[in-house]
Amino acid sequence: MTRLLKSGGFAADPFTAVADDAALPEGPVLVSLARFQREREALLARNTALGVRLQSHENPESLGADVPRFALIALEFPKFRDGRAFSWARMLRTRLGFKGEIRAIGDFLYDQMNYQHRVGFDAWEVPDHFTIAQFQRALTEMTDVYQPSADGRKTIRELRAGR
Amino acid sequence: MLNPKPVEPNMYRYDEFDARFVSERVEQFACQVQRRLSGELTEDQFKPLRLMNGLYLQLHAYMLRIAVPYGTLSSRQMRKLAHIARTYDKNFGHFTTRTNLQLNWIKLVDVPAILRELADVEMHCIQTSGNCVRNVTADQFAGATDEEIEDPRPLAEIIRQWSSLHPEFVFLARKFKIAVGACEKDRAALAYHDMAVQIVRNAQGRTGYKVMAGGGMGRTPYLAHVMREFVEREDILAYLEAVLRVYNQDSRRDNIHKQRIKILINTIGPEEMRRRVDREFKELKAMGTLQLPQGELDRIAAYFAPPKFESGLSDAIPDAGADFANWAKTNVSRHKAPGYAIATITLKTPGQVPGDATSEQMDIIADLMDEFSVGEVRVTHEQNLVLPHVRKKDLPAIYARLKELDFASPNAGLITDIIACPGLDYCDLANARSIPIAQKIARKFENLERQQQIGELKIKISGCINACGHHHAGHIGILGVDKKGVEFYQLQLGGSGAEDAAIGEIMGPGFTEHEIAEAVERVVNVYLAARQPGERFLDTYRRLGMAPFKAAAYETVAA
Repeated sequence: MTRLLKSGGFAADPFTAVADDAALPEGPVLVSLARFQREREALLARNTALGVRLQSHENPESLGADVPRFALIALEFPKFRDGRAFSWARMLRTRLGFKGEIRAIGDFLYDQMNYQHRVGFDAWEVPDHFTIAQFQRALTEMTDVYQPSADGRKTIRELRAGR
Repeated sequence: MLNPKPVEPNMYRYDEFDARFVSERVEQFACQVQRRLSGELTEDQFKPLRLMNGLYLQLHAYMLRIAVPYGTLSSRQMRKLAHIARTYDKNFGHFTTRTNLQLNWIKLVDVPAILRELADVEMHCIQTSGNCVRNVTADQFAGATDEEIEDPRPLAEIIRQWSSLHPEFVFLARKFKIAVGACEKDRAALAYHDMAVQIVRNAQGRTGYKVMAGGGMGRTPYLAHVMREFVEREDILAYLEAVLRVYNQDSRRDNIHKQRIKILINTIGPEEMRRRVDREFKELKAMGTLQLPQGELDRIAAYFAPPKFESGLSDAIPDAGADFANWAKTNVSRHKAPGYAIATITLKTPGQVPGDATSEQMDIIADLMDEFSVGEVRVTHEQNLVLPHVRKKDLPAIYARLKELDFASPNAGLITDIIACPGLDYCDLANARSIPIAQKIARKFENLERQQQIGELKIKISGCINACGHHHAGHIGILGVDKKGVEFYQLQLGGSGAEDAAIGEIMGPGFTEHEIAEAVERVVNVYLAARQPGERFLDTYRRLGMAPFKAAAYETVAA
């Protein structure tokens, strides 16, 4: 089983993940890109929060001008070695200006959460035994960073300049 | 034995930020090791984590690959490497074609302690393996040759920092190697890199960077394409990040053999690649966060300031006997300062394992560095060492000391200066042994007069198609293959990793381990008989093509 980790703590997940062939339940839903493209009008007309799930080969730019209409974009790691979603998240935050939730789902490791956090993820679907303390440790193992990213953290170069 | 005080060379020094970064990274990895030992991490999960920190599981033991950024080492660091090899390994290390040092017999539990020792001398193993940006290499004559526009190492250091634990690019489709050069003469094999930067001047006399991408060896060798002829200094990190971003987003992930950037670029075409990169670059440049101020470049460059060269030295190489003169002919290169020279120490005395050095040898080389080369040495991608700043008058003394070490072979660039990967003796990817073949060929051509007569001839040997021994770039390349449990060796001719880069052409069916050295000899004899004045082996091959070489190579095998 999994839990949703968001804003530094565990949170209830208001979204129902819906299979492509299942009927839509009441309330916020999380659908695949394929289903969104097929039922775009109906989904956007539902007047409730909408989430889309992108597989690692699905470029968020394929959402076009609809990006701001989502409350949640879930980026899937099919295998933890597949690092494409690191670039997708960064693209959503910077190029596409997405302000909603970017959730990591699928097969990722504790050791990747800090990188995910840096490129713009702000929610994680984690196993039940995962703890908040682990999450906090993941984000603080490395104090400083050399690269600018979507988190806007000051880089080592900027810190040097400010000494 | 002299025991000089360690000399601190002019090279990058960690400040408190770099030091904390590396030491936190050590503790992070120590924790990952603990989690593996406790079973929290499976081997499958641990593998990419350990690889990203240079730790391989080889045939017999763990192998640890220590980064030597752009091949530059201080004597203090060299002594530490000797100490680590002595304390935690079997008293020797292996300098690699990526200018790193590999230790072949490491225990997992010792790794955190080794990393802490390395951190003490401002070294690490970050990203020496795995699907991430690897150790950045550079021309080994950087800062010493008069051929360069400027020292390429400051940019290489800036790239090292930018690529260290880059959050977007630590889980790339495959490994990613970057090299930096600064002159027309290419000693860094730029065209064979995933991405390469050459420092150039444009028509207005402004210094900037030519960026190439998509080169590589392995089973599908390609030479790099020029992505952009001239990138402004301040834009370079934005441009490099743009290339990596396109690669991370668009590379295949479904077939490990087709996931390098060379495959992406040659599938979509260099034109389309440039278009995609330009789009990312424009956006990154506009954001401005990766722009590189001149002040930052100057600040890093100051670390690499040239040492204070003595003036009034004689510019003549002293007379010190025939053996020394032979060594000086091949192993001494022109330096930019009068009275100085660049000395290459080939780790290739015939019979030796190419690139190996014992702890004792490393310690003595550290002494030589302090005494004769302002505390500095360079590791080359041809698995040699270079003393970058030596006074010509000291060359005979250096030679005498190298002779005691058995590292005084006068063979830099000659046929016995062979690159070889560790091969089946160590590596679990290998199909065939490389080291004994290198030893056999070196022995066959041991006669110095004959070597000199043959002149520049680069033999490169890989024990499998992954091409760690750079066989595609060898004037004569040798690839070990396995046919039904028997090792065979294929010849490739005409490759080059220099400014005249080319991919060698495969000759035909392989030779057995007993035949290969003689086949090489017959190929070399064709060259000796057919060459025109001034022609290197490579030139003659390019003029004549494969046919006469092939005919000779198989001559006696058939009989």
